[in-house]
Amino acid sequence: MATDKGIGVVEAQRARFDAPFALASGGSLPGFELVYETYGKLNAAKDNAILVCHALSGHHHVAGYYADKPNNVGWWDNMIGPGRPIDTNQFFVVGVNNLGGCHGSTGPASINPATGKAWGADFPVVTVTDWVNAQALLADRLDIAQWAATVGGSLGGMQAMQWTMQYPERVRHALVIAAAPNLTAENIAFNEVARQAILTDPEYKAGRRPVTGLRLARMLGHITYLSDDQMAEKFGRKRRPGSGSYGFGVEFEIESYLNYQGDKFAEWFDADTYLRMTKALDYFDPAAETGGNLQKALARAQAKFLVVSFSTDWRFSPERSREIVDALVHNGQDVAYAEIKSVHGHDSFLMQDAHYHAIMRAYLDGVRK
Amino acid sequence: MTETELARVALGRPDFNVIAGWVQPGERVLDLGCGDGSLLRGLIETRGVLGWGVELDDVKVLAAIRNGVNVIQGDLEGGLRDFEDGAFHHVILSLTLQAMRHTEGIINEMLRVGREAVVSFPNFGYWRHRQAILNGHMPVSESLPHQWYNTPNVRFFTIADFDDFCAARGILVRERKVFDNGREITEEHNFLGSIGVYRLGRAR
Repeated sequence: MATDKGIGVVEAQRARFDAPFALASGGSLPGFELVYETYGKLNAAKDNAILVCHALSGHHHVAGYYADKPNNVGWWDNMIGPGRPIDTNQFFVVGVNNLGGCHGSTGPASINPATGKAWGADFPVVTVTDWVNAQALLADRLDIAQWAATVGGSLGGMQAMQWTMQYPERVRHALVIAAAPNLTAENIAFNEVARQAILTDPEYKAGRRPVTGLRLARMLGHITYLSDDQMAEKFGRKRRPGSGSYGFGVEFEIESYLNYQGDKFAEWFDADTYLRMTKALDYFDPAAETGGNLQKALARAQAKFLVVSFSTDWRFSPERSREIVDALVHNGQDVAYAEIKSVHGHDSFLMQDAHYHAIMRAYLDGVRK
Repeated sequence: MTETELARVALGRPDFNVIAGWVQPGERVLDLGCGDGSLLRGLIETRGVLGWGVELDDVKVLAAIRNGVNVIQGDLEGGLRDFEDGAFHHVILSLTLQAMRHTEGIINEMLRVGREAVVSFPNFGYWRHRQAILNGHMPVSESLPHQWYNTPNVRFFTIADFDDFCAARGILVRERKVFDNGREITEEHNFLGSIGVYRLGRAR
């Protein structure tokens, strides 16, 4: 679709926060660092900033590529850039790696100043509210009093929504994509199996990298991000040429694909980060503070909302998005909702789809005004 | 352009003026089959209502978002189960009833989630439509712009039929306005009117 070249070369930046940072868990961090990227220009009124929040395995490198690594393209490059739906000619876009991440922000791989060694498994459990608090400190640092919009898919959509409740006066619009007001039991169950794969890996127990556990966690997760239809279409029952049979080698194409995804992920992702990201998902439940009443929780939001879901997303189904929409309508709040027809399951929010992108562009045109 | 949109154009200001006259500033309004949201947008801008629309079609949902309207993508045939009882002051179904299968269901649902329902539809009993039938052809007109083979309409009824329908179900017709070519009709509604606009309620 996009015939343009995108934002091009980008650079990551760092921000250091020295004050102790209280966490939802009751613990605290003795200061921290966030790694982030920005695209476009903050205007004189400082009212054109958009925060892009990342999902489970995402990070601050949202768009463009690095001068020394031209193949390392941002995870949402198809959405963000000059002339793209999140138009960097119009908006100042901020991507940030969340606390507890493994892409440069303070996390399990960082040095614990109390011990002089990496935090590892001792890094505190962080939540969506912690992330939003940390992002708010970054916004202060960047002199952004109010976001034109907070945007995110999946766990990122949860942050975009949490912003509207935690800092109502600091968000004009929230674009909540492929998200949910909280996780279902089934969803928590998938996360727990993924965590157990890591936690029970003998390597993890020995303090080493649990490659096997990470592989399994990713393979399981990956199944849930796709749709049955899409898997049938892409892989069906196809077998790898020359593969054996009546054994347990990699024989079907889907097995090969999942193994590849698992291997690739296990090479670079931090197990302690993975554990914390899935926990943050499980804990997210803004309505818990209002006795389970999502309407009440959202009532304090001042933002206008765009909620987007995808027809084949069974991990964050359209019905869950509708719960958010219905609560907002109940409260008399502004919300538009689109259910995009897509075969890509939960991963649809990352895909380039003409209608999906048109919806985003149309809504953001209104944000600009 | 779809039948609904064409008919809305044909209907012009009267439909809007009637509905605008029936809503009050600050009211909550739900427009079912809201299309590109122009009716809602007009009511928001001129009457200061709080408005939401429901629309199924992808292209129209996109157009409504472009229009800055609170559009919710969804299928009316499944009812309005996601909306709470009495959530809206007015629920509007403009020139869409004739294209829906669950006629009774949607009217009941409108009166459940809204204190009043506003329904407009093309009158199949309009004299030009009768004339077409007498001449041996299905009617094609400003209010029924499609041919028999491509019409989205699935229910064919007249103002008299709709009155009977409401009477039999204890639905109060609080007000009825009838138009032909944008001009209000004051007598012989079922014969001279091409479009009827109703304000409906439940007997309390």
